[in-house]
Amino acid sequence: MTAALEVRGLKTHFFTRDGVVKAVDGVDLTIAPGRVLGLVGESGSGKSVTGLSVLGLIDPPGRIVEGSVRLEGQELVGLNREAARRVRGRKIAMIFQDPMMTLNPVLRVDTQMFMALRAHEPVPKDAARQQALAALGRVGLPDPEQCLTAYPHQLSGGMRQRVAIAIALLHSPSVIVADEPTTALDVSIQGQILQEMQRLSADTGVALVWITHDLAVVSSLAHDIAVMYAGRIVEQGPAEDVLAAPRHPYTRGLLDSVPGEAQPGKKLAQIPGSIPALVDLPPGCAFRARCSRADSACETMPEIADLGGARAVRCFHPLEGR
Amino acid sequence: MSAPLLELDAVSKKFRRPMSLGDRIAAKLGGTVVPHEVRAVDGVSLSVSHSETVGLVGESGCGKSTLGRIAAGILPPTSGVARLDGKPVMSEGRHPHKLTTRVQTVFQDPFASLNPRRRIGDAIAEGPVAHGLVDRAGSRAYVADQLSRVGLDPSYASRFPHQFSGGQRQRIAIARALAMQPDLLICDEPVASLDVSIQAQVLNLFLELRQSLNLTAIFISHDLGVVRHVSDRVAIMYLGRIVEIGPTADIYAAPKHPYTQALLSSVPRLNRRHEGRRAFKPIAGELPSPTSPPTGCHFHPRCPLAEAQCRSVAPELRPMGLTHWAACHLAVKT
Ligand SMILES: Nc1ncnc2c1ncn2[C@@H]1O[C@H](COP(=O)(O)OP(=O)(O)OP(=O)(O)O)[C@@H](O)[C@H]1O
Ligand SMILES: Nc1ncnc2c1ncn2[C@@H]1O[C@H](COP(=O)(O)OP(=O)(O)OP(=O)(O)O)[C@@H](O)[C@H]1O
Ligand code: SF4
Ligand SMILES: [Mg+2]
Ligand SMILES: [Mg+2]
Repeated sequence: MTAALEVRGLKTHFFTRDGVVKAVDGVDLTIAPGRVLGLVGESGSGKSVTGLSVLGLIDPPGRIVEGSVRLEGQELVGLNREAARRVRGRKIAMIFQDPMMTLNPVLRVDTQMFMALRAHEPVPKDAARQQALAALGRVGLPDPEQCLTAYPHQLSGGMRQRVAIAIALLHSPSVIVADEPTTALDVSIQGQILQEMQRLSADTGVALVWITHDLAVVSSLAHDIAVMYAGRIVEQGPAEDVLAAPRHPYTRGLLDSVPGEAQPGKKLAQIPGSIPALVDLPPGCAFRARCSRADSACETMPEIADLGGARAVRCFHPLEGR
Repeated sequence: MSAPLLELDAVSKKFRRPMSLGDRIAAKLGGTVVPHEVRAVDGVSLSVSHSETVGLVGESGCGKSTLGRIAAGILPPTSGVARLDGKPVMSEGRHPHKLTTRVQTVFQDPFASLNPRRRIGDAIAEGPVAHGLVDRAGSRAYVADQLSRVGLDPSYASRFPHQFSGGQRQRIAIARALAMQPDLLICDEPVASLDVSIQAQVLNLFLELRQSLNLTAIFISHDLGVVRHVSDRVAIMYLGRIVEIGPTADIYAAPKHPYTQALLSSVPRLNRRHEGRRAFKPIAGELPSPTSPPTGCHFHPRCPLAEAQCRSVAPELRPMGLTHWAACHLAVKT
């Protein structure tokens, strides 16, 4: 089966006055239709830049300097502006933490949805209206008719995010990249949207890349997990395997530091230090200053190694498997 | 049982919202305009014992911060009173002010209130010097002690706010609050903007200091896992009211209020012994507008159990166990 999305050796760098920020520095990802891939990592690890690169949305001073992004086999890196725009919105779409990145505050929802529908081909008004209503219904909006005639500011945050998702779904894309879409929402609304996305990916076969720093969300939503640190994937594999028996010291540290599973009131496991700046990273494993297993071998960069069972880890001294 | 350290006695807070443009036009044209009034906190009573930590959870806008600010003596309640050791935390009258330094606050974004051109050491020393906890001559050493207590190098005193990372900022905020030698700490989402690995560092610091200084705390968070980890008791808020309160273990193991039950089952939890993906059981419906909350039980439009009385009569907190209370007509003791 062709992968819905296949990213190979992706490098996106920002050429700033302070130096070259290697925000994404060699990322590989594969995702099959109908699957949910959770891309996790702490702030600044390069998750958003990875998502934006896949969509071809990197602006100067940033640039994809290397690598390949294939959507159902079609190469996207190097497409010209117009060709990229045609793919975007039709075969691949992005949802942001702030739905107003997608929505225009001064246009009614119906106007925006019709524009999105007609961006790629002419659609008669009646058909457009039906398609828009169907999309709004699919994301669990209670009153799609009323929603169509509303302006964004008349909707709650959760409803706005649903409209943004409905717009992303309009052309039945094969891949949706969702960048922290529920982070700003209340927990009860977050639960509703997660449930709907889980259902949508199963029903429509859309492949989801779900970017988040919230390990609890991925553990409930994703089939597969990729953990990012300082611009690279350090571990990936099936969600249940990675969660139950992480092999990278960083993944392990992250999971252990989440309160909730720990004995209440007891000290949490903690990773010392903080994420390094991505300008002028010293050579070697970027985690080594915080890692209890680091030795002189770690002063060169470990390659990502296949562990079998669809798992991979980038570490010279991985933890024992189960 | 000894007298509580903090006592909130039926406190309420109403805010008047500025009129929207539409309202103002309607008013000009002689239409009737309902004043936009928010009952941010609606008749809440709560007592906190010495060296106890009470967690306060609930969704955005339910009144957690407002209640925290009333307890801290930095916001006057519209009615009711907050007392520390039996004495009001705020003066009465037209211009109420804070009467005690024994309550201090740690906020989510502590640096919003700091002067960016002022050195950290001076910001920490300011309060203690002003209140005579230390004299100016001794303030350097005092600041150094406060910084090392939160795990920061004393030399950081001469740095400016922007030179610190998120986790360091939160340590500084804690140092600044503790420099006032408080008995009660109000922590309002102190780890909400931090990454998990940094969050764990700050939570560990909090647990350590709480024990070594014998602190009492109210810990506000929307994160159920965080609250569970640090609290002895938990209070669940919904639209300005406490709907359930009890020992942490009881609340998480056997919640009595349908809202608490729904909240606990709808929040994704990190599940490492994992049987594949989980079905979400979200709470139906939108959060109602706080300017026109539903009648009766505020939760009734979203509640799977709601009956006629739930729509008309606001339920009082009723005992569900020795120290466990829930405000639901249908909740039963077990
Ligand atoms: N336009 C830009 N110019 C310069 N550096 C950038 C730019 N955009 C992102 N970066 C840098 O790239 C790195 C990765 O950023 P990215 O936004 O991908 O992180 P993230 O993992 O999404 O973090 P968060 O969880 O905070 O959203 C960061 O160090 C960031 O400062
Ligand atoms: N100064 C104010 N003026 C007008 N309304 C206010 C004011 N402060 C709070 N409110 C309103 O009171 C209600 C409770 O707000 P509060 O900040 O206490 O909620 P919260 O539970 O802390 O929410 P969050 O989780 O978002 O911090 C909200 O509806 C809010 O809009
Ligand atoms: S490569 Fe070395 S430093 Fe990096 S995570 Fe593995 S053991 Fe730690
Ligand atoms: Mg991001
Ligand atoms: Mg608040």
